Amino acid sequence: MNPILTITKRELGGFFNSPVAYVFLVIFLLMTGAFTFFIGQFFDRAQANLQPFFMWHPWLYLFLVPAVGMRLWSEERRLGTLELLLTMPISPWQSITGKFIASWGFLILALSLTFPIWWTVNDLGSPDNGAIFTGYIGSALMAGGYLAITSMTSALTRNQVISFILSVVICLSLVLCGWPPVTDPLAAYFPNWIVEGVAAFSVMPHFDRLQQGVIDSRDLIYFISLIGFPLFATSVIIRSLRS
Amino acid sequence: MIKVENLSKTFGPKVAVNDVSFTVERGEILGFLGPNGAGKSTTMRMITGYIPPTAGVVKVGGNDVTEKPIEAKRLMGYLPESAPLYTDMTVEGFLGFCAEVRGIKGADKAKAIDRAIDMCFLKAVRHQSVDTLSKGFRHRTGFAQAIIHDPDILVMDEPTDGLDPNQKHEVRSLIRRMGQSKAIIFSTHILEEVEAACTRAIIIDQGKIVANGTPEELKAKSELANSYVASINGTEASAVRDGLGTVIQSAKVTIVTDKAPIVVARVFPKKAGADGELGQAIFDVAAQNNWKVNEIKKEEGRLDDVFRNITLSDNQVQ
Ligand SMILES: Nc1ncnc2c1ncn2[C@@H]1O[C@H](COP(=O)(O)OP(=O)(O)O)[C@@H](O)[C@H]1O
Ligand SMILES: [Mg+2]
Repeated sequence: MNPILTITKRELGGFFNSPVAYVFLVIFLLMTGAFTFFIGQFFDRAQANLQPFFMWHPWLYLFLVPAVGMRLWSEERRLGTLELLLTMPISPWQSITGKFIASWGFLILALSLTFPIWWTVNDLGSPDNGAIFTGYIGSALMAGGYLAITSMTSALTRNQVISFILSVVICLSLVLCGWPPVTDPLAAYFPNWIVEGVAAFSVMPHFDRLQQGVIDSRDLIYFISLIGFPLFATSVIIRSLRS
Repeated sequence: MIKVENLSKTFGPKVAVNDVSFTVERGEILGFLGPNGAGKSTTMRMITGYIPPTAGVVKVGGNDVTEKPIEAKRLMGYLPESAPLYTDMTVEGFLGFCAEVRGIKGADKAKAIDRAIDMCFLKAVRHQSVDTLSKGFRHRTGFAQAIIHDPDILVMDEPTDGLDPNQKHEVRSLIRRMGQSKAIIFSTHILEEVEAACTRAIIIDQGKIVANGTPEELKAKSELANSYVASINGTEASAVRDGLGTVIQSAKVTIVTDKAPIVVARVFPKKAGADGELGQAIFDVAAQNNWKVNEIKKEEGRLDDVFRNITLSDNQVQ
């Protein structure tokens, strides 16, 4: 078997062997449901789209994704198994990728378990299923980006809590720098190009466009770099730990 | 199979390993001996490719560990210090994972797990979760992980640390048995371990190799080596000292204990090589003086003596 898959399998096994995974799935589904129906007022809007569902994802993921990813490397460091893993005949890249795939796969599983909401909206009207599909893609990519950031912060410390807090802070700034309630007041003080330049780093505009069914290569490139760059940083941190 | 050339490692201003060179061939069991902080773990981590050397080269089965890490790591089994394990797996699951990462699958994997479990006496805990294991079983699971792929080269950092005497004995005999077909290097700060299991020992202190030889060769470096201890009944200590002082090959006589009526004296040889005659000469002197001799014994030399002498001299200055 490919060593990446072996790593992935081990991570998933460890996850599902403990109650954490199931607790997480329940919390995730309850929270998406609560936000969509009560705060997002899904039914009152009487619109056949999933905007009140997706709009909460950047915020929900802010806590749920770091909770899933915080142990990725910090636990290896705490247990000392990093030494075991890195003296196996596999490259650090294979370990990083294998671990990332396992956690991302789990997040995607959680996301796909929200399918009843897609049924509901199709039952109530005739939504743009293309836009819903790209919305799901965008949500999965955003979760991947947050997760890659968490992978990076968890390589920084052997303490899971610190890794959790660091990744929440980084992900929060990626949300806020493109969130209109923050950017609009700033537009009064700074030239437009600065505000928009900073906002381009945010997940918000990219995720918005995917929700609307717009597939722009720039958004895809954004999300791919949001995953790729922190994973690369993870490998740099791990290399520096060893020297 | 393992070739270490001028290996050095510095952590900031601290020199952990300083220009270390040695080789280990198949059939050899090399004991890596040194006080805490000597640089044993650091050296092993460089050999196994966990940390890169500051200078120098490690070749494992002809592969440079820095340039061909995957090939080199494939040939090695490694038991890191304090045997880290994934605590969220069963013993069997953990060994299966280690086998798979090393590319062993299917029926071979099942065979490899069975073999490692047999060799390390893990049957009783096969399906038990790693985090519930006692220290002895944890260590043996780490050991099993290191030999899961039946490697040609085995690197073990303090493999008997924290085990009880029976377990220590077991691990040593395991090492001895495997040493016949593998190249093994293991570190320890327990001296009896070296005599019990090694074909050769290296003593390392403050990052430098200070001695390298078979346990016998090292023991011969002891200043006590080849001296004789005579235990004499009913004679004054001064008379014994003076009498033994006339032994021709003797360089020095010391009184070890003087508890009347028994006097124990140690006679050091003039030169290390000529030993057989010294014992004979002591007997002759005793006979001339009509001493009642309880015992005359040749000293082989003590490893702990050598170890202390070599490793203390610099440390005490600090
Ligand atoms: N990662 C590290 N960073 C800084 N110093 C280290 C590191 N690892 C080891 N050292 C230092 O290097 C020296 C040798 O350590 P080590 O190889 O663990 O010794 P041993 O295993 O013989 O007890 C010690 O003084 C230790 O403090
Ligand atoms: Mg050590």
